[in-house]
Amino acid sequence: MNKLLEIKDLYANAGEKEILKGLNLNINKGEIHVIMGPNGAGKSTLANVIFNNPVYTKKSGVVEFEGENINDLTTDKIAKKGVFMSFQSPEEIPGISGMNFLKTAKGKIIDKPVKIFEFKKQVMEYVEELNMNSKLVDRNLNVGFSGGEKKKNEILQMLVLEPKLAILDETDSGLDVDAIKAVSKGINLYKTEENAILIITHNMKLLENLKIDYVHVLVDGKIVKTGNMDLVHEIEKNGFKEFKRKED
Amino acid sequence: MSEKTKVDDINRNIYDIKNKDDYDFKIQNGINADIVTEISKMKNEPEWMLKIRLDALDMYNKLELPTWGPDLSELNMDEIATYVRPKSKLNSSWDDVPDDIKETFDKLGIPEAEKKSLSGVGAQYDSEVVYHSIKEELIKQGVIYTDMDTAVREYPEIVKEHFMKCVPISDHKFVALHAAVWSGGSFVYVPKGVKVDIPLQSYFRLNSPESGQFEHTLIIVDEGASLHFIEGCSAPKYNKVNLHAGCVELYVKDNAYLRYSTIENWSKNMMNLNTKKALVGKNAQIDWVTGSFGSKVSMLYPMSILNGEGAKTEYTGITFAGKSQNLDTGFKVIHNAPNTSSVVNSKSISKDGGSCTYRALVRIGEKASNSKCSVSCESLMLDGISRSDTIPVNDIRNDDVEFSHEAKIGKISDKEIFYLMSRGLSEEDAKAMIVRGFAYPISKELPVEYAVEMNNLINLELEGSIG
Repeated sequence: MNKLLEIKDLYANAGEKEILKGLNLNINKGEIHVIMGPNGAGKSTLANVIFNNPVYTKKSGVVEFEGENINDLTTDKIAKKGVFMSFQSPEEIPGISGMNFLKTAKGKIIDKPVKIFEFKKQVMEYVEELNMNSKLVDRNLNVGFSGGEKKKNEILQMLVLEPKLAILDETDSGLDVDAIKAVSKGINLYKTEENAILIITHNMKLLENLKIDYVHVLVDGKIVKTGNMDLVHEIEKNGFKEFKRKED
Repeated sequence: MSEKTKVDDINRNIYDIKNKDDYDFKIQNGINADIVTEISKMKNEPEWMLKIRLDALDMYNKLELPTWGPDLSELNMDEIATYVRPKSKLNSSWDDVPDDIKETFDKLGIPEAEKKSLSGVGAQYDSEVVYHSIKEELIKQGVIYTDMDTAVREYPEIVKEHFMKCVPISDHKFVALHAAVWSGGSFVYVPKGVKVDIPLQSYFRLNSPESGQFEHTLIIVDEGASLHFIEGCSAPKYNKVNLHAGCVELYVKDNAYLRYSTIENWSKNMMNLNTKKALVGKNAQIDWVTGSFGSKVSMLYPMSILNGEGAKTEYTGITFAGKSQNLDTGFKVIHNAPNTSSVVNSKSISKDGGSCTYRALVRIGEKASNSKCSVSCESLMLDGISRSDTIPVNDIRNDDVEFSHEAKIGKISDKEIFYLMSRGLSEEDAKAMIVRGFAYPISKELPVEYAVEMNNLINLELEGSIG
């Protein structure tokens, strides 16, 4: 089966406020999807709702992963199914070293203890690929990291945890050119025919070095148009005005 | 959607093993001059010590219970036996300690720790010390490590000069009570210039129900000497209130160093009303490392009095209060001389309605020019029903000082929990990781075997993943 994520007619709220209003999305193995849209359209909400962040409530609709309804699974169980999310603002966890955290998380995901020597070696290889400061993994998780370091650290976690579907929530926002290059390198390192990526973004730069299969425009809680990279160029030129008008 | 989860209480199973209340002698409950005199007689004490005891009893009767802080009304001295003699003499070999008592200490890992990482051990069971030992090479260097009763007999001049001098009997009601009925505890003297590299450890176990433990610890680290002293305390849980009113007097002479580490894991029927003070000389340093996990009520505020120029102190403490625990802890420091410095790093965790209070005093006197004090205290509450308070008193009487105070009180963050769960950790594991991380700056200061113990203690064994 090639099907990874299937979202059917999803409605979701943040508190009383309706944010997703009948969203549909299918992602298969081997694909890279991009979601673009104006601020407040529901892009980050979508990522959080897939992951069952308790801040949001699903009102109706279904989220399936590999054909299984994951509507009511807790966040950790969704992660164990093979879904990953790179956070827009990764949390800082004092007192826990990055390496210790990676080891614990990996152990939970694969459901057995990791072999520490090989594991560390693998992590350090990724650290080098991402052009990260090698001392960062010994420091407390994300504590005092710059914006760019935090985002690279998310990509490092993605590489280490090897999810089937990686959702990158504005991973490129606020990054300088070099950091974007490193992130894009990380994505290419991760990508195979067996997994998929959903990139939520505002801008083009990250997409330049990637082979994008689908581009979706998300406006007011719904996907209003799906296309290919041409759609990105169109939006770059004209913004979201045209799509918004359609909605009115 | 989200499961009901719970961070468990500290795992106490080894601490809760009760031995039969099989004492050699238990004094009648309550406190009066007859009881105090009887304790002194049984110990064959010199007249001067009996006099201190009786003076202290007078003081006890005069002083009122503290009106601030936790409620102590459950404590009824008429129901407490102040002296319980175990069925054992003081031994210098574990083989000679009676089996049931030895087994308790075995389970607590004391003899094992002695072999591996200590240069001397004292073990007190109820009111008397049942085991004491010290490495031969330390004796050769003139180090004295013995129980307090022996010290009164063999080193009366040193004891007379220092006993209840650092902590005066008038300090508060429970100090007076302590001085009247004290029994057991450790005496340490480290001669000038002697560095004791491997720690000494005393362990205090209260087995008998409806009783009190009043051990006295007196440590003198002479000029230029250094020592690391560790104390551990525990007791099994009974339905009635037990009382611990120990007293620790520390003399850190010029250029000396003392590190005083405590892991306190009393049972939750214990009133822990303990007093600890250090007098610190010129360019000398006292560091306190304290983990408070047990007891129903604790009132414990170690105090450093920086009397010598350039004296230093650091306090590193963590307090963990669960259901029905009220742990009122903190630190006091008095800067009495120029160029003195103090650093405080305190953390507390409360859950299931437990209450943690950080209560502290910083006094920088007129003479303490060019002194520094930096205080940081952080509290973490694991739910909406637990309490955390910070009550600092800062009394700064000199303009030429650097002083900073940072306090942070917060609830465990849902965002952090979500972040960790998105990486495959269950809600319980996520909370445990956050709490361990929070405690880490303190646990790394503990001796290794105690850091492990603390992780077991914090041991957020979690339950409740139903669904």
